[in-house]
Amino acid sequence: MDQQALTEIARHLDSALGDYIQSPEVLHGELTVRAPVESLERVIKFLRDDSSCRFEMLIDICGVDYPERSTRFEVVYHLLSVSNNLRIRLKVAVDEEGAVPSMTALFNTAGWFEREVWDLYGIYFTNHPDLRRLLTDYGFEGHPLRKDFPLTGYVELRYDDEQKRVVYEPVKLTQDFRSFDFMSPWEGAEYILPGDEKAEDAGRKGEGS
Amino acid sequence: MSEHRIKNLTINFGPQHPAAHGVLRLVLEMDGEVVERADPHIGLLHRGTEKLIEHKTYLQAVPYFDRLDYVAPMNQEHAFALAVERLLEIEVPERAQYIRVLYSEIGRITNHLLNITTMILDVGAFTPFFWAFEEREILMEFYERASGARMHAAYFRPGGVASDLPPDLLGDIATWNKRFPKIIDDIESLITDNRIFKQRTVDIGPTTPAEAFDWGFTGPMLRASGVAWDLRRNQPYEVYNDLEFSVPVGTNGDCYERYLVRMAEMRESVKIIDQCLASMPEGPIKVIDNKISPPSRSQMKNSMEALIHHFKLYTEGYHVPAGETYAAVEAPKGEFGVYLISDGSNKPYRCKIRAPGFAHLQALDYVSRGHMLADAVANLASMDIVFGEIDR
Repeated sequence: MDQQALTEIARHLDSALGDYIQSPEVLHGELTVRAPVESLERVIKFLRDDSSCRFEMLIDICGVDYPERSTRFEVVYHLLSVSNNLRIRLKVAVDEEGAVPSMTALFNTAGWFEREVWDLYGIYFTNHPDLRRLLTDYGFEGHPLRKDFPLTGYVELRYDDEQKRVVYEPVKLTQDFRSFDFMSPWEGAEYILPGDEKAEDAGRKGEGS
Repeated sequence: MSEHRIKNLTINFGPQHPAAHGVLRLVLEMDGEVVERADPHIGLLHRGTEKLIEHKTYLQAVPYFDRLDYVAPMNQEHAFALAVERLLEIEVPERAQYIRVLYSEIGRITNHLLNITTMILDVGAFTPFFWAFEEREILMEFYERASGARMHAAYFRPGGVASDLPPDLLGDIATWNKRFPKIIDDIESLITDNRIFKQRTVDIGPTTPAEAFDWGFTGPMLRASGVAWDLRRNQPYEVYNDLEFSVPVGTNGDCYERYLVRMAEMRESVKIIDQCLASMPEGPIKVIDNKISPPSRSQMKNSMEALIHHFKLYTEGYHVPAGETYAAVEAPKGEFGVYLISDGSNKPYRCKIRAPGFAHLQALDYVSRGHMLADAVANLASMDIVFGEIDR
């Protein structure tokens, strides 16, 4: 994929869809476009059908969770144009209560990808013909790829010989999952280092007097 | 005679069925012997790979990729390595690139050997399966001699490959490579014109290019329907640009042509392996920068700095500059992509794995509708389904 073709497509998109998309940018040889949820359908339809875009394949849909943002989730679409040998990435932001229009009418392959995003992130897709959970167990609760979902989950399974069936139990760990803090104190850790609690206070007092 | 109302029959296919190629639970709605609707229930092998990777350093994430498509493990690592390298903006030494291409093609042959012969097995012929598995065993030994493990290699690492090849390995691969086309000929002479095989596969599940695009088909599935699209050729990575090989395509994308395309691809892989062996350069096998690739044992014995680098790399790991990238490789099954988001720390913020089989299996309902139950099995087999990568 050459840089020039990407910038050309970016310019073309900017002129044709200027009101519907934000800031096409090319980084690492990849084109990224942002769009508001309302214009998603229109943008993807344009990308598929426009004669100089022709992104005829929807490669991937995935969710990303940014808990600290006001609109928490991002849904990322990757499209591929076989005829022009180009790729594009389209991002829409959506919050926990929001919903994204389903792309199943434009691309059949969107069906399972959207089910996966719904399953793992709990992002709702409107007009999806069959929005069931996909990867997790029957009757699973929660959306495991959210950042606030613990790595170990909440329940574990075992076969109970008395009841002759598989039973769910709360997770019991002999050792907690260990996550180490690698932030070097010499490279600007943004929290107070152990033993340094009074240092900042003292410094401020010193300045004041 | 009174009129009878016949209810559609729903049957459960799998999750413990030898033709389900793993743990697929397929709920089939049947009208007699005709499939009305096929609803694959997946996720029985879901291990939360993407979640786990978010909690591991970049180096620790590599082995998870072996466990996705465990039939051709190194090809998966390749996509992850490419993604990390793109974010780190590093260039892999030439020898490492050749080794990667060599092992990707060995992986392609192992994968196709398994897929073709299990597909033949599913439609009724047992013999080629034994021939192929004998060869796969040899290929896995090549894996083992390079990486120390038959399957879960963790050999392609960001920055290069884990270690250099042992001295006489290339010669042994060359000997095998000369002998191997005979095995393809054997399978071909037994199967390609076989009447029973053709009855089971020709015109089963045909797909047009437009349908293939719509369902997100990639790899042999897309090429069988007549689209000459191969990432090794169209968006070349590593040294594929310097190698000569052709991209086999089919015409109507039925099960039989998917088989033919895979057979032809094995012959191309043999050619690529030949070229790799002929032009394998000498030199380093990973980037020299010790901030990314670990120092050698002997350096660690003599240099304090090397020891510190080693310690830091295996505890903290390296930090990857913030950014995002999508790297895709032509894995044996199709386009295997890794969408990596880095927040500048030593762990990926998000690592989405785009598995080719996921999109293919989704289309099973579409290609099997109106076919017989036995044809659904042929369709499934021709899709090259491995649950490690679909369920992730």
